Amino acid sequence: MEGVMQTETKIRAESGIESGPRGPGCSLRNFACEQNLLSRPDGSASFLQGDTSVLAGVYGPAEVKVSKEIFNKATLEVNLRPKIGLPGVAEKSRERLIRNTCEAVVLGALHPRTSITVVLQVVSDAGSLLACCLNAACMALVDAGVPMRALFCGVTCALDSDGTLLLDPTAKQEKEARAVLTFALDSVERKLLMSTTKGLYSDAELQQCLAAAQAASQHVFRFYRESLQRRYSKS
Amino acid sequence: MKETPLSNCERRFLLRAIEEKKRLDGRQTYDYRNIKISFGTDYGCCTVELGKTRVLGQVSCELVSPKLNRATEGILFFNLELSQMAAPAFEPGRQSDLLVKLNRLLERCLRNSKCIDTESLCVVAGEKVWQIRVDLHLLNHDGNIIDAASIAAIVALCHFRRPDVSVQGDEVTLYTLEERDPVPLSIHHMPICVSFAFFQQGTYLLVDPNEREERVMDGLLVIAMNKHREICTIQSSGGIMLLKDQVLRCSKIAGVKVAEITELIQKALANDQKVRKEGGKFGFAESIANQRITAFRMEKAPIDTSDVEEKAEEIISEAEPPSEVVSKPVLWTPGTAQIGEGIENSWGDLEDSEKEDEDEGGSDEAIILDSIKMDTGEVSNIGSQDAPIVLSDSEEEEMIILEPDKNPKKIRTQTISATQVKAPSKKPVKKRKKKRAAN
Repeated sequence: MEGVMQTETKIRAESGIESGPRGPGCSLRNFACEQNLLSRPDGSASFLQGDTSVLAGVYGPAEVKVSKEIFNKATLEVNLRPKIGLPGVAEKSRERLIRNTCEAVVLGALHPRTSITVVLQVVSDAGSLLACCLNAACMALVDAGVPMRALFCGVTCALDSDGTLLLDPTAKQEKEARAVLTFALDSVERKLLMSTTKGLYSDAELQQCLAAAQAASQHVFRFYRESLQRRYSKS
Repeated sequence: MKETPLSNCERRFLLRAIEEKKRLDGRQTYDYRNIKISFGTDYGCCTVELGKTRVLGQVSCELVSPKLNRATEGILFFNLELSQMAAPAFEPGRQSDLLVKLNRLLERCLRNSKCIDTESLCVVAGEKVWQIRVDLHLLNHDGNIIDAASIAAIVALCHFRRPDVSVQGDEVTLYTLEERDPVPLSIHHMPICVSFAFFQQGTYLLVDPNEREERVMDGLLVIAMNKHREICTIQSSGGIMLLKDQVLRCSKIAGVKVAEITELIQKALANDQKVRKEGGKFGFAESIANQRITAFRMEKAPIDTSDVEEKAEEIISEAEPPSEVVSKPVLWTPGTAQIGEGIENSWGDLEDSEKEDEDEGGSDEAIILDSIKMDTGEVSNIGSQDAPIVLSDSEEEEMIILEPDKNPKKIRTQTISATQVKAPSKKPVKKRKKKRAAN
């Protein structure tokens, strides 16, 4: 175990980025999550995947403007802020993807005419940003106590030029990949909630990536479970 | 979202406590909250926590052409954002006053004090200079945003490294991060803001007010100073009238506090530099307190993807092949084409359409995708065939309850092609209507 830790640190020193010897078998980077770290939002979580880090804050169910209220369920709003510069079109499209995922999972019917706001702040981007945002949003919703029918997680796959599948790619791997696919999967049956892809791939490759993402999501959900078990271990 | 109003008894309680020299968190009058500084993996990224107030700062640089009247100086740009997660009242469109005030104060503190040497940011006079951009994001609002923001800004600027540039005659070479080590900015001094909150028309004073104390204060005095006891900016807001010796006393306190904070900043910067040099782990992942019960970590997890190909093949073989899309575009005139059949005009006679609405009411919910063809002849048949079931002695004769599955068979005249090309089929309908309007 120590030997592994030392090699990790050496590689970090060279490139500063955890590209690591992840070899032929795919692997997910180091995960870390901290919940309830902000005092003002109802729920907050910071999710780290390797060097990618996203901070999420959730307010809700709270008051909603009359123009935005929905009579029979909660209005879900997602706000994604980049670290540098003003938010642009890419952020808007990611917000929509995250909102669609959350709406499929959050039991909005229990809180009609209220608003649930998820605010995401990119703290550092080193690849797989959308997946990290989804994971942070899920943990923050759990911390806020928003009722959900399932948990969800985000997994990113990259296909490089010779068809090798890479899970949880770094920024460098994403740039050199032929296609990058991000999936949001739910925790009950690991079904697909949302998918967004960029690049060229065949339908066989799509199904392979989806199957690999489902295998990876098992680990992410295990991480959620252990993290929450630790949190509620002393009550 | 509206801000939670402060209750009168809370306000009275806070003011009475301040009169008795007591603060809610147990601090003394001149005490600062705990300051925690942590750095990210990229240069120029830092998080500052002043008690529970949290600010994230990031510095970035870009080569641009200089301003016309300052051809040999680089450009500094500061942007403080009050994120919506910091407080429920901070909505994206609705925070102008406070935001402008904080941004202006930050600019005066850092730009007008000339703490950064802008001449050193010049690459080619009149053509290329460095534009340094400092983005600060407030993540949690527990009072005293300006102090935390100024600390975050100066720490991020000191931590930042810009790419190295060399000029040889007319040739300018910009080295990437791999070729040459990046170069720090040249910073003359570190101005830090210290806030003083005044209560009861200037009688009582508190340093580093937290959010509750800020709500009940009468006025705020902000003094930006560096460790050489030079005042960079001073601002008094809230309309309180201060005596000269009060202001002088505050500046003395500020001097002491700034010296302490500067020492803390330099220790944090030295620490981070040491860790990076020795090749240890750095970044936000390391600053997550492991002992906390709310924090959890998992090491690298290998995933077994050996059966992925078999699973994929299974799914593809079991899936139905994609349906053939029939699309035969018809070109009417250059610029007008049609795919599929459009739906019939549903703006028939108004009297008939009322009846149709009642009849169609039930079926609309049943058929979501199919377009409904309003053929008046057919509908009137339906009206007479179904025996109207009158549930009450209502005088409204139009209350007819139909069995929903009878209608779809009659009204579904559109073939599958219509459902697939529903969107484009709407266009020719619109065009036809326009032609009618023109005529």
